Amino acid sequence: MSGPLSELLSVPGSAPPPRTVHTHCPYCALQCGTRLGHALGEVTVTPSAFPVNQGGLCQKGWTAPEVLSTADRLREPLVRGADGRLAPAGWDTALDLVAGRLKEIRRAHGPDAVGVFGGGGLTNEKAYLLGKFARLALRTSRIDYNGRFCMSSAAAASNAAFGVDRGLPFPVTDLGRADVVLLAGANPAETMPPLMRHLDRAALIVLDPRRTPTAERAAMHLRPAPGTDLALALGLLQLTVLDGRLDHAFVRERTNGFEAAWQRALPWTPERTERVTGVPVAAQREAVRMLADARRAYVLTGRGAEQHSKGADTVSAFVNLALALGLPGRDGSGYGCLTGQGNGQGGRELGQKADQLPGYRMIDDPAAREHMATVWGVEAAALPGAGPSAYELLDSLGTAGGPRALLVFGSNPVVSAPNAGHVTERLAALDLLVVADFVPSETARMADVVLPVAQWAEEEGTLTNLEGRVLRRRALLAPPPGVRGDLEVLRGLAVRLGEPAERYPVEPREVFEELRRATAGGRADYSGVSYERLDAGEALHWPCPAVPSGPAHPGTPRLFLDGFAHPDGRARFVPVEHRDAAELPGRDLPLYATTGRVLAHYQSGAQTRRVAGLTAVEPEPFVEIHPDAARRAGVTAGGLARVVSARGAVVARVRLAESLRTDTVFLPFHFPGDGRANLLTGGALDPRSGMPEFKVSAVRVEPVDVVPGGAVSV
Amino acid sequence: MKRILVVGNGLAAHRLTARLAALGHDGPVTVLGAEPHPAYQRTLLGSVLGGDVPASALTLSAPPPGVRVLTGVRVVAVDRARRVVRCADGTRYGYDTLVLATGARPTGDVHTLADAARPVRGRVAVVGGGVLGVETATALRRRGHRVVLAHGGPYPMHRHLDEVAGQLVAARLESWGIELRLGGYVPASGTLGADTVLRCTGTVPETAAAREAGLAVRHASGSIVVDERLRTNDSSIRAIGACAGTPDLAGALAQAETLATLLTGGDTRYVPLPPILRPRVPGLDIASLGASGPSGAPDEVVTFSDPARGRYARIEIRDERISRAVLVGLPEGTAAVAQLSDTGRPVPEDRLALLLGGRTKAHGDDPAAMADETVLCHCNNVSKGTVVRAWQHGARDLAALAATTRATTGCGGCTAAVRAVCAALPVPEEVG
Ligand SMILES: Cc1cc2nc3c(=O)[nH]c(=O)nc-3n(C[C@H](O)[C@H](O)[C@H](O)COP(=O)(O)OP(=O)(O)OC[C@H]3O[C@@H](n4cnc5c(N)ncnc54)[C@H](O)[C@@H]3O)c2cc1C
Ligand code: SF4
Repeated sequence: MSGPLSELLSVPGSAPPPRTVHTHCPYCALQCGTRLGHALGEVTVTPSAFPVNQGGLCQKGWTAPEVLSTADRLREPLVRGADGRLAPAGWDTALDLVAGRLKEIRRAHGPDAVGVFGGGGLTNEKAYLLGKFARLALRTSRIDYNGRFCMSSAAAASNAAFGVDRGLPFPVTDLGRADVVLLAGANPAETMPPLMRHLDRAALIVLDPRRTPTAERAAMHLRPAPGTDLALALGLLQLTVLDGRLDHAFVRERTNGFEAAWQRALPWTPERTERVTGVPVAAQREAVRMLADARRAYVLTGRGAEQHSKGADTVSAFVNLALALGLPGRDGSGYGCLTGQGNGQGGRELGQKADQLPGYRMIDDPAAREHMATVWGVEAAALPGAGPSAYELLDSLGTAGGPRALLVFGSNPVVSAPNAGHVTERLAALDLLVVADFVPSETARMADVVLPVAQWAEEEGTLTNLEGRVLRRRALLAPPPGVRGDLEVLRGLAVRLGEPAERYPVEPREVFEELRRATAGGRADYSGVSYERLDAGEALHWPCPAVPSGPAHPGTPRLFLDGFAHPDGRARFVPVEHRDAAELPGRDLPLYATTGRVLAHYQSGAQTRRVAGLTAVEPEPFVEIHPDAARRAGVTAGGLARVVSARGAVVARVRLAESLRTDTVFLPFHFPGDGRANLLTGGALDPRSGMPEFKVSAVRVEPVDVVPGGAVSV
Repeated sequence: MKRILVVGNGLAAHRLTARLAALGHDGPVTVLGAEPHPAYQRTLLGSVLGGDVPASALTLSAPPPGVRVLTGVRVVAVDRARRVVRCADGTRYGYDTLVLATGARPTGDVHTLADAARPVRGRVAVVGGGVLGVETATALRRRGHRVVLAHGGPYPMHRHLDEVAGQLVAARLESWGIELRLGGYVPASGTLGADTVLRCTGTVPETAAAREAGLAVRHASGSIVVDERLRTNDSSIRAIGACAGTPDLAGALAQAETLATLLTGGDTRYVPLPPILRPRVPGLDIASLGASGPSGAPDEVVTFSDPARGRYARIEIRDERISRAVLVGLPEGTAAVAQLSDTGRPVPEDRLALLLGGRTKAHGDDPAAMADETVLCHCNNVSKGTVVRAWQHGARDLAALAATTRATTGCGGCTAAVRAVCAALPVPEEVG
């Protein structure tokens, strides 16, 4: 399975690579600490005693090295020829071609005719340089990233409530002291298993339509109907007040806006909440009691609550609940969001988001533009403004006024974007699609030019984990011959587009030094963080400003203890109202479909589907369905079913789950082709965050031998 | 520009004006409310009475900008020909569309914020053991009052509950120290020896002005007749909420939302949800679903009775759907049955799981009895067989097992199971 070690190691002219390094798992936001080494010609991984994983790893982490040497690893640039096929090409040929076409397109249609799509798995250095490249070398406003599909709702809600957005405003290890933790739409037992080590002590209240492995461990499992979490949160707020559990002193002294939020909760009596959500009144009451009686309690949200066309409002409703109970800004209690992607945190604050500049600065803020223009040595007026959010960007590709060229770094939207069939059509309508990846992902296979880039164990850099701690990623290996780092690719393109080379350093450390200056004074301030401090083992959580003299800033493991980040130091209740999902089940499409992750795979599966041990566990798309619903649909356990929405159809293996609501089916979104769960999901977006509605689609399930249209093929 | 005039300033009116604004209605909107307060959440009056929250906490959000709300103004007549309403104080207001949202009129004493805020002293007699009476009695009892509940029927809520359910409710109320006087008529002047008497004898739709204007009202209930677009028999007059016979908050809000959509050019219909009676009695779940009159014969009746634990259900099923149900003491079942009734979805095969809330706890499997293929460590997909083999090959503690199999290295949740599996294994003979 592993390629010859000699090949991996043969890097002419460079220093011999280290025998072992301390780094982190390439996948999720938990960023488990690992030690990489070599044994018997293979890369070995062992978990380290890093605080978030405490010596644990999930199967994805254990098997991550296999992707380094996967058989179809991209090892040279590919260019689509006149025959329509991708064929190997040299780097100069590929980059010349890309730059040439970009210039043509820009000349003919203006700078916004070129778009950039980034990823939440890119290192801080890459995310930063990608944003800079888009704004300076391409001069386009059309840049966004797949984190929009992941963290944007929680980000919008946290900014509104607290004045800053850091997934967990406290270290993960604080959870270990909690008495009660409410998890709204989060399934860490599958998506980040070692996190459960910190949730051992706490009584868990899990809100999820499915009985997930996390729910199995819960003291209480509440199963709201898909798309009704917001109503549930409003109902819990009402009960908090009616049952005399409002933290009056906290609300008075540390918050604003309670009254307006409370007024929105007034119609959500426990009985009405029960009727809309399906969560029993007694369970609502018990959940509130547990949270209020706990000495230390947390409210945490995950994608289940966030990936809705009302995701930001839903998170706001849970934050309001946490504020009413007096949890945030207290040592040992709080609100947090469980970030999904490896660098979901760093990726969203360093400038690849359509409306942001590095350091969590807003691109329409004149002072922020002035600051960045100075750091970058350009005129503020030259910086483009805010662009459309990820789905809007993808939806506009190849349309009049939309981008005609797209550069994709660290994302696989053919599988991971909502309404994937439509998005694939939009990608196909481009004049030029360029994809930088290390494997031939489904998106790379559509590209006109594919650029092979380095993987996690072959590169240096930093990531920021779910608790806002800046981590070092370290290289054990050099990239295979023919493969380049993303920073090098960006410089190569920038220079060809007429930019000075020194604006695009290829050394991660150099980029980080610039990033420090760029984020100085911003909400996410990295200016006091350095490779030296990180390499010395310091645990640094942003904000960590540079201090002109005296001892260095220790970082901020716990935010808000002295005050929230709004100018008046108070947290803000945000008044929100429940509304229906964009689409509800009806006669033809009678079931809710909800999508998500399974333990053995990560995101679009481009990496994990290449690991034998993981595909052995989860080889193919499946649909989880209640036995009653299966019987009605005429599908049987182990058989194939077609799941149909207004937008597309998915073929998946049937798994019966008695614990599921009878009105809901679940599909993992990790699989390609006609197993893409996102063929079902739609393009309804959250007005506050741009988050698509991944978690609610109306579908029907039918046996696979039924030809669409009704005829049964025998 | 189209002038909308709303009579009544309750929940339905409040939601209507909020939705009109959200949907971009730009004509003038005026609300005339008889009560002196801004709009408030009437259904939480019990919480004020019970002392859980002050009356001021029930105030709903201020009307959207541009909406004029006049309080303390009672409409007494509608001149349909001129499209003008006249108020008790002599003022007049014109309209292009008139919305009646006048709610219901109490036949007793607990209906308004003013009622709820009135001091209640000493021993209290609650007269009327319907939903409101039961809620009021328990709220006052929670607050520490001595309470006697007098009801003309054989048991509380007798119009909505069957005998078994009713007796369970009665027993529970008594267990809380509420004294019940059942089956007797209490004259209007009767005090039952109490310091305070609260009559909770129900409500009737408030339709005085509508009737006077000659709008069609239903004979039996007295509510205003509306079609699915919420139009009365005068197409420029609409009616929503309790005055149109809508029994509950959810229905009143849904009508307000439907009407807002219609008045802003949208096309929609109001489809009533099946009625659900769900009294607010913390600690006791009571629900009565479905029409109270006769309905078609059910295909199937499911009954569940567990009097020792205060649990009871009777569910009528037609065409695999719930047609009627009474539940007491079954919180999970109540929530599930209500959702099935609202969505018209078929009833699950497993009727008992429906009532009891499905399997509620993971069963702890006996490790010795587990099959070898059973996965112990899901994080690393390690089966019992793999652990057993590793143990037999000398991995005799957790660290060694983790190193060889990776079991327990993910979330750590299988540690106990791995230990138990190994503890059940015979120590093999050492082989040379
Ligand atoms: C104590 C109590 C508890 C309840 N609990 C529940 C519950 O738990 N769940 C539930 O679903 N439902 C409950 N209800 C029923 C619920 O309150 C009604 O369904 C809902 O309030 C109807 O809203 P509405 O706007 O139609 O009427 P209302 O909220 O009654 O508002 C009507 C308003 O119009 C005013 N008005 C009347 N006539 C005139 C006039 N001529 N001119 C001007 N103004 C006028 C009235 O003074 C009143 O303020 C309860 C009712 C009461 C009284
Ligand atoms: S995928 Fe996440 S939980 Fe699993 S080992 Fe990697 S970082 Fe840890």
